[in-house]
Amino acid sequence: MENNNNKENETKQDEEQTQVINPWQVSSKGKIDYDKLIDQFGCQRLDQSFVDRVHRLTNRSPHIFLRRNVFFAHRDFNEILDGYERGEKFYLYTGRGPSSEALHLGHLVPFMFTKYLQDAFKVPLVIQLTDDEKCMWKSLTVEESKRLARENAKDIIACGFDVSRTFIFSDFDYVGGAFYENMVKVAKCVTYNKVVGIFGFTGEDHIGKISFPPVQAVPSFPSSFPHLFSGKDKLRCLIPCAIDQDPYFRMTRDVAPRLGYNKPALIESLFFPALQGETGKMSASDANSAIYVTDTQKAIKEKVNKYAFSGGQDSIENHRKYGANLEVDIPFKYLSFFLEDDEELEHIRKEYGSGRMLTGEVKKRLIDVLTEMVERHRAARAAVTDEMVDAFMAVRPLPNMFA
Amino acid sequence: MGVSKAQLLERLQAQQIQFSQYDHPVVMTVEAQAKYVGHIKAGLSKNLFLKDKKHRYYIVSALADTKVDLKVLSQRLGLGKGGLRMAPEEAVSEILEVPLGSVTPFALVNESARNVSLLLDQGFKTHECCFFHPLSNDTSITLKIQDLYTFLKSVERMVAYVDLEANPTVGKDQPPDLAALVPSDTPSIQNISEKTATLQIDGDVKSKPVAVTAKASKVSSGQQKEKPVNTANSSSSFADPEQFIEEILKKASAFVVAEIKEENIKQHGDQLGAVVSDSIRKNLTLEFKNLATMFKNTAYTEGFGAGIRCPAKRL
Repeated sequence: MENNNNKENETKQDEEQTQVINPWQVSSKGKIDYDKLIDQFGCQRLDQSFVDRVHRLTNRSPHIFLRRNVFFAHRDFNEILDGYERGEKFYLYTGRGPSSEALHLGHLVPFMFTKYLQDAFKVPLVIQLTDDEKCMWKSLTVEESKRLARENAKDIIACGFDVSRTFIFSDFDYVGGAFYENMVKVAKCVTYNKVVGIFGFTGEDHIGKISFPPVQAVPSFPSSFPHLFSGKDKLRCLIPCAIDQDPYFRMTRDVAPRLGYNKPALIESLFFPALQGETGKMSASDANSAIYVTDTQKAIKEKVNKYAFSGGQDSIENHRKYGANLEVDIPFKYLSFFLEDDEELEHIRKEYGSGRMLTGEVKKRLIDVLTEMVERHRAARAAVTDEMVDAFMAVRPLPNMFA
Repeated sequence: MGVSKAQLLERLQAQQIQFSQYDHPVVMTVEAQAKYVGHIKAGLSKNLFLKDKKHRYYIVSALADTKVDLKVLSQRLGLGKGGLRMAPEEAVSEILEVPLGSVTPFALVNESARNVSLLLDQGFKTHECCFFHPLSNDTSITLKIQDLYTFLKSVERMVAYVDLEANPTVGKDQPPDLAALVPSDTPSIQNISEKTATLQIDGDVKSKPVAVTAKASKVSSGQQKEKPVNTANSSSSFADPEQFIEEILKKASAFVVAEIKEENIKQHGDQLGAVVSDSIRKNLTLEFKNLATMFKNTAYTEGFGAGIRCPAKRL
């Protein structure tokens, strides 16, 4: 999946100059206007009734990302839930473009949520590592992209996916057979002009890039995985992803009916804001914009204290008077992503918003929460061996995938 | 299986590396070796097998009278003070696959030693030829140091000449000069031979004997980029049911004990049991589920590994 390449291409959809959101660029003059984005893209808001419905259907507390509206938009999620209620299963599809070894928390967000979906609905999952895409876009060698794919797979596995329901594959390894047949079918349905319109390719771009989109589209179709879903052509697919990936799947949804396939459903998240503030995404190239899963306790403390953008007032007096601006305060925002306890978050919202609590205290709480997360991830990652990666990536049947 | 002395000597001959061979009774020290071959004009070597706190291994091979200060080396490698110590005896046979007293640069030809970093005393270059054990301490061979270097490089091992007596300052503005010689993060246990073996990698407190098959042994060796919270516990507790349960009980008990304090007793009285029980569920469920999933994944992987090596016979 392509994120944040900082290319200056503007797609046909980016008519507004105030914010630019596409798979390669996420930037905005002020705060990102998600309502406008939903309008612009044409997807739906995920409101409280959905969260309640998920709670009912799965019989467990909805994931923190649902409760806090991190996953806030969708396409056809209601149809997935309708089907589920009738006893119809679905499968999950998500992915990563392995462009660097360093994963930050923003990268983990879709995986954390996908793991919850896997456990709550008891459905299988395919994870695509687009090593070919990174090889093409980031001028990595084939060997290096494949290596990064395997390294990233370890971090992904560390998020806690169940090996008996999860298939991880890298494009370089897996493309071929039925998967490739679907790629060709999809490619036949998308004109050059269309793909330029969606992704902003130019005459200077090499043909590898232009022919890449079908690779990311076809995992939405169960027939791409004959070893898993043979005979289940009508199985629906749900794709948890960040909202900047929407263009890929708009294209896929457009093509699906023409091929006689179901359209994939989507459930989309906000961007995880950079430490410095809401106007962009975390960037793997700026080490201080993000908390990495390899950061030490000391580094986390330093980054939060030094770089996290504070919505607090400039003096203690003013702060006690006016309270913190929670709209832009990064420590509070991060807590809303990761602090499990709803009550505690409410408490902090009240106290900090009214000025009774100071930024330092909020930051300290955040440091604790992040450190615990990162340590837990590291311990889990330490238990992931090369052979475990092989097991997850083996083309094997998953007999208990719906159990 | 470790490479044998005969196999090694054959390989040297095949690569047309000149060497002279001297057989003698088993010697455990340089002094003893000198008794038999000391009269030959060639540099005698002493060979130290070392390990650091992250289970990475090093051979320091030096002229017998070069002073080797482990504290200095440790700093120069960027391991801090006291980061290097002598590797335990088991490691000599497990990783280098040579008998005790035979530590030699040649041990790097073994797959199990592929991640061991070799530091060669620069001083060797001042001698025409130098003495090394060809994987066994009942023989010594002399050869040109450059031939040894090239030979080991040809099997893609980490070898470097180092001025072992240098003592440069290491500080904020002077990075450790030998940092590049530290092996990359995966320790050398990976490619131990295919037989089932009981591994006891390090001699210190954290080690746990784990009976595993070849590749699955990685689980216990701790393939870690950083020190995780519970070092050896985390990785091996996912392979061994007893440790797994121990880990869970430890966490749960610690939690319960922390919750039973005066203020809580006062507040909840005889309801405290229910309160603590709820609290455990609320706070530990997610973590325990994750631990259990890792346990399952580890077991599945072991089965997967066994399956691909030995397909089940179906009747």
